Amino acid sequence: MTGATPGTSNATSRATTATPATGLDVRGVTVEPLLNAVKVRKSYGGTPVLKGISLAVNPGQVTCLLGPSGSGKSTFLRCINHLERIDGGRISVGGELVGYAQRKDRIFEMNPREVARQRRGIGMVFQRFNLFPHMTALENITAAPIGVRRISKQKAKDRGLELLDRVGLASLAQSYPAQLSGGQQQRVAIARALAMDPQLLLFDEPTSALDPELVGDVLDVMRTLAADGMTMVVVTHEIGFARGAADVVVFMDGGVVVESGPPAAVLDDPQSPRTRAFLDSVM
Amino acid sequence: MPQATLTGQGRAAAGLALEIDPDDIVAVPLRHPWRWILAVFLLIGFVSLGISLWQNENINHPTITEFIFNPRILSGVLLTIMLTVVAMLVSSVLGVLLAVMRLSNNPVMNTLAWLYVWAFRGTPLLIQIVFWGYLGLLYSQISMGIPFTDFTIFSIDTNTLIPALTAGLLALTLNQAAYSAEIVRSGMLSVDEGQYEAAYSVGMSPVFTLFKVVLPQAMRVIIPPMGNETISMLKNTSLLSVIAVLELYTVATQISSQNLRQVELLLVVSCWYLFLTSVLSIPQYYLERFYGRGKARSLPPTPFERLSAVLRRTPINTHRTDSQDVS
Repeated sequence: MTGATPGTSNATSRATTATPATGLDVRGVTVEPLLNAVKVRKSYGGTPVLKGISLAVNPGQVTCLLGPSGSGKSTFLRCINHLERIDGGRISVGGELVGYAQRKDRIFEMNPREVARQRRGIGMVFQRFNLFPHMTALENITAAPIGVRRISKQKAKDRGLELLDRVGLASLAQSYPAQLSGGQQQRVAIARALAMDPQLLLFDEPTSALDPELVGDVLDVMRTLAADGMTMVVVTHEIGFARGAADVVVFMDGGVVVESGPPAAVLDDPQSPRTRAFLDSVM
Repeated sequence: MPQATLTGQGRAAAGLALEIDPDDIVAVPLRHPWRWILAVFLLIGFVSLGISLWQNENINHPTITEFIFNPRILSGVLLTIMLTVVAMLVSSVLGVLLAVMRLSNNPVMNTLAWLYVWAFRGTPLLIQIVFWGYLGLLYSQISMGIPFTDFTIFSIDTNTLIPALTAGLLALTLNQAAYSAEIVRSGMLSVDEGQYEAAYSVGMSPVFTLFKVVLPQAMRVIIPPMGNETISMLKNTSLLSVIAVLELYTVATQISSQNLRQVELLLVVSCWYLFLTSVLSIPQYYLERFYGRGKARSLPPTPFERLSAVLRRTPINTHRTDSQDVS
């Protein structure tokens, strides 16, 4: 498997496999997928957006979702942390059904507090950053750990500063989002997501709203996270990032998965004409 | 940005020598003669109005000076302030509650809030005041017990439970809550959907999101109309004269019914209302600045900054983004 992603040092260091669904780690032990989506369906007012998406992501794996706009990749990502409810299929994270509880053969809707508890383990980074404008960078990061996890203020602050340092913004802790550039805001947003120690991190086109020269900083932070073994699902148009950092690339179109596999296979030798046409237009 | 470029005036103020560039434009400012002419005309008009009031034999000027700090008038002023403050504070809490109910997914809460706003905004405040004042005519006794049985925990005479002051306070508060609810609701609707999503994505509950993320941002939009409502409330307290609450206007009418100096006492009362509404606009500046943090570019200058800017004859600059202090 490691041979399939040449030129990436992180791929060799990871105990992961690119095979969707249950796979084998380097020692040949079976690993349960952290994220398991099975035949997920979703429609908006009668228009189907997701027509049966299945995807499994193993712990420590980076999965990139590619595809033209309107293909359902962002919607699928938002279903994973239940910002959108699904109409059919199942999504489970860490073996737990998202947004619903299954008792015997009946499915129950979760109440908002239970959903909130589940979301603590699933971080999300948005295209438009969505930082809280009335809080400083540090407050953005510590708000949830203090208010939701009841961590002491001092502890949360120390951890927040450490995270800001990790994304290269230690000096801007007291700045408000309006005083930061887009790239800096997005890195604060990543630190905010990391502060809850999520087991899974979702990225919804994290560099699409950035000026071209700021994209690199954000992608660098994401590469570091990937190398550190963070499990990530990334919706992106950055083919270079997908090639270098992803373990699995999934190409979606029209609400279905057209093709998936290791980046070298999907990006350099696409089997489907739709994948080929898309890659030709973006590369 | 501490290195923000200094304007020419800023540089001069900082005591730095102005470099003279041959390309600098040194133009004669445009003259505005009509401004001066209009100002002179208006000045003549106001002065002659003042003189005519001053020389009007129907106005007894010593009466005004005698009553402006009269103890009864002052007690009326105090009660007016008390009524305004209490009614605004309680109605704001009620308004937030109603706005949250109105925006909730719970259809019972939603309908209840809608009904409340419909009823209290749909009838005149004056009628509501009289209604609460005359509640004793509708229910002579107010009792608490188990409905449809004879068991009562306590029973009390309505006029004892709700004296005129309480009735007035109740009327102002309940009426204002309906308006405040709509203001708070509009403020909450102005907060971007992405803020809710970001809050939910880090595991915040809907209630926590409301208090920590949505309301602080909504405040920026809520405060200017709320300042307006506070000024309205101050003036609306005078309506309580119909149920004989001893606020400023009631006291003034009582005095003028004895000394028959109606015009003089109306002038006294007007002076007080004008003074109080002027004072009220000051805290609004500071609240706006506090809730405008993070959007420092649009912070309004404080009254003192305005005054000093006028005195120094410099244009009021929008604040640089680094001035976060609320001083």
